[in-house]
Amino acid sequence: MKNFQVAIIGGGVIGSSIAWELSKYKIKVIVFEKGSDVASGASKANSGVIHSGINSPYSSLKAHFCVEGNKMFQTLSNMLGFSLKWVGKYVIAKNEEETKELERLKSVGKKNKVPNLEIIEGKEVKKKEPNVPCVAALYVPTAGIILPYEFTIALAENAAVNDVKFLLETEAVGLKKQKNSFFIKTNKGDFSTETVINASGVNCREIVNMLEKPDFHVFPCRGEYLVLDKNYYNLVHSMIYPVPPKELGVLGVHITPTIEGNILLGPSAEFIENINDRSTTRNMMETLLYEAKEILPSLPDKAVINAYSGIRCKLASPAEGGWADYRVEESKQTPGFINLLGIESPGITAAPAIAKEVTKIISKSVDLKTKTDFKIIKKKKRFSQMNSKERSDLIKKDKRWGRIICRCEHVTEAEVIDAFSNPLGAQTISAAKYRCRAGMGRCQGGFCTQHIVRILENEFKTDIKKMKLSSTNSHLFFSRTREKKND
Amino acid sequence: MINHNVDITVIGAGPAGLAAAVSAYERGAKNILIIDRNSWIGGILPQCIHDGFGVEETGHSMTGPEYADIYIDMVKKKNINILKETMVLRFDKDKKITAVNKDGLHNIKTKSIILAMGCREKTRWSVLIPGDRPSGIYTAGVAQTLINLYNIMPGRNVVILGSGDVGLIMARRLKFEGANVLGVIEILSFASGLPRNVVQCLDDYDIPLFLNHTVTYIKGKERLESVTIAQIDKKMNIISGTEKEIKCDTLLLSLGLIPENELSKDVGIIIDKITGGPIVNQNLETSLPGVFACGNCLQVYDTVDILSLDAKYAGKNAANYKRKKVNHKLNVIPGKGIRYVIPQIITAPGKIRFTLRVEKPKLKTSIRFTVDSKEIYKKKLPFVNPANMIEIYVDISNDLIKISKKLEVALFD
Repeated sequence: MKNFQVAIIGGGVIGSSIAWELSKYKIKVIVFEKGSDVASGASKANSGVIHSGINSPYSSLKAHFCVEGNKMFQTLSNMLGFSLKWVGKYVIAKNEEETKELERLKSVGKKNKVPNLEIIEGKEVKKKEPNVPCVAALYVPTAGIILPYEFTIALAENAAVNDVKFLLETEAVGLKKQKNSFFIKTNKGDFSTETVINASGVNCREIVNMLEKPDFHVFPCRGEYLVLDKNYYNLVHSMIYPVPPKELGVLGVHITPTIEGNILLGPSAEFIENINDRSTTRNMMETLLYEAKEILPSLPDKAVINAYSGIRCKLASPAEGGWADYRVEESKQTPGFINLLGIESPGITAAPAIAKEVTKIISKSVDLKTKTDFKIIKKKKRFSQMNSKERSDLIKKDKRWGRIICRCEHVTEAEVIDAFSNPLGAQTISAAKYRCRAGMGRCQGGFCTQHIVRILENEFKTDIKKMKLSSTNSHLFFSRTREKKND
Repeated sequence: MINHNVDITVIGAGPAGLAAAVSAYERGAKNILIIDRNSWIGGILPQCIHDGFGVEETGHSMTGPEYADIYIDMVKKKNINILKETMVLRFDKDKKITAVNKDGLHNIKTKSIILAMGCREKTRWSVLIPGDRPSGIYTAGVAQTLINLYNIMPGRNVVILGSGDVGLIMARRLKFEGANVLGVIEILSFASGLPRNVVQCLDDYDIPLFLNHTVTYIKGKERLESVTIAQIDKKMNIISGTEKEIKCDTLLLSLGLIPENELSKDVGIIIDKITGGPIVNQNLETSLPGVFACGNCLQVYDTVDILSLDAKYAGKNAANYKRKKVNHKLNVIPGKGIRYVIPQIITAPGKIRFTLRVEKPKLKTSIRFTVDSKEIYKKKLPFVNPANMIEIYVDISNDLIKISKKLEVALFD
């Protein structure tokens, strides 16, 4: 049995943030992720927004971690090299009634110490956002956008190069408290640890249930999104939100620009039975388009190129209004068992601040000594972002920088090889896509699939029967068309 | 930077690019450069191992690789320069091209450009099929690449959505390799591929074709488990109660092809919203003077034979290219029953070759060319079908171009 000091269950943005924070100290940390890569759940499927903190009630943990996390992002982005743009946000009022709601949001924001909030008239909004008609809007300059998977991957990979052990496709199936440690049973063997961190997102209740009787329920709430073609990048420049609906504890269908130029419509909010049901539905696709058009009347019909959904981990039922605060706490019943419960929006923003808080909790029982050899690997510039000299120099060093294998996003063979050489050992087609963007463009893998298969086979000696799309059993191929005969 | 100075640059070494280059060479242009992003030449043809290529052009039926070899040989004999594994990143309004390969970045100065980038396949998201996102969903062309070039079998129990030619060909190909092909689903009331392919690829192998049907749901947490199909009404709405779940591990998509024109769009070449290719004049010259378009990046062709014919014409015009001032312009407009007509613009008189498609299949009809409601040409046709491109030559006089602004092409019963 392998021994660790801290075991983190879940490699989403929360688990990865904590892993990175802990990788600064001389302790043995392991992360179990049941997906084939980090950010396999809600951490990948969200709006990618760095929230300001205007939407959570004063003195809530949501407001606290959101405002604190928000302040940390610029430094993190400079350090780790993930993209971040402070595009700002408009919450728009369609009538006088809604304008009152803007005042309320502004005062909540002020109490939460969100800086520079401003209510502006519709005609002023029109100057900045000509496609958005409204009576007035609350302008929030401290709201930004990131690529949530890029952020999570950067944290996890940095944790991994600083000796945090990541086990992918590994599910914690049993958890027992022993004298001074915990026993964790997984499909990849047994482990023992002094501290367990439950960062398993929407599955958090199941993990608690392995050790004690949970005092809460999870109400999975699905959010569907539509993605627009990059050709329509100019429709909006900032995030455009409606005044939040009164029910469900959500923000409403909004329009979000992304780092890459695709605009997102969504998310919907639908309480569902099955926590794993990440499907998209025809009804909701139509509803999203309808609601988005209420905000953006000039939205073209045929602009959608992709759809996905994510599951919010809510601790309050629709009957209770759908809103409950985060729980970031060590179990009273089971010391050493730290739970992160109900971490939904603004979870990405809150993640770095939550990681600091968890580190503080751990420091009470574990002596945290700073590493002297802590390394930072900054995300490399992509070929498509380089100037001619940078490109020429790299091709001179390694010819594979001159071979483009993704025609839509101009990704080179060198970048694909680098993506598959990631320190987490993530080897799926999606793992490469989320690291180097091969297959993320208009043709959705029409050109690059063959090259990625060729690279996996030639460079990484992967058996074609073991190649996967995105998860443990998402195999791509069955066999050779014709097996070679050994004569 | 590696610098080149050439007369003609051809972007794409598929059948269109090769035919255009050969034709330009025969018209006296000797300093030609062909650029292609693949490690082979011939474009999509090497993976099209079925026969039926070259029937109209040569009188006998060949496989794709055999047909490609004819042009590859010609290009080689003429010592036309080819850069393989080379991606054109962009070109500007002065026709300066930037490309990249393993030797480094290339700067190409050229007098004219022939666009022959081909096309790409529509994906699941162009029709927005709801449901899960499992593995096992491939476009028909990717499945063809995997089976024929990489010796990889992508599935065993297969449903095909869309009855485009690649989908029909793949239905038969998969059957040959032992897969169960459970059916081809087509939303329209007629197959969108060539009638001969419906007979030779589906009927001959008892593969069912479900017309007026579509896939309404995709199920599978990891690998595809099933698709739900349903009948649709005349207004394209799903008829509730007709849903049927088909267990399968693979869904091939043959939803149609989109001309690949990212390079054209980047430089500001005007694109026809219907064809997806550049708007061209009678010389197949785009809105950027000296840039010609041919092959599937101009319009998606039925057969390589007609494609090569037009590509040769583009090659000839590129070889003869001299910038001329345009005085008069006649716009060609698709009228009733016509989806599109190429060329969209006429600037000089002559016997002009038109290629066009109708909107719906129809028996006994006529095609009529009118200028200011005056008929200038009429042709009776026993039947028309969107899958079959119509080719027509019409004399356009100088007077017509000078006096009129609009030439309408319409069906007339």
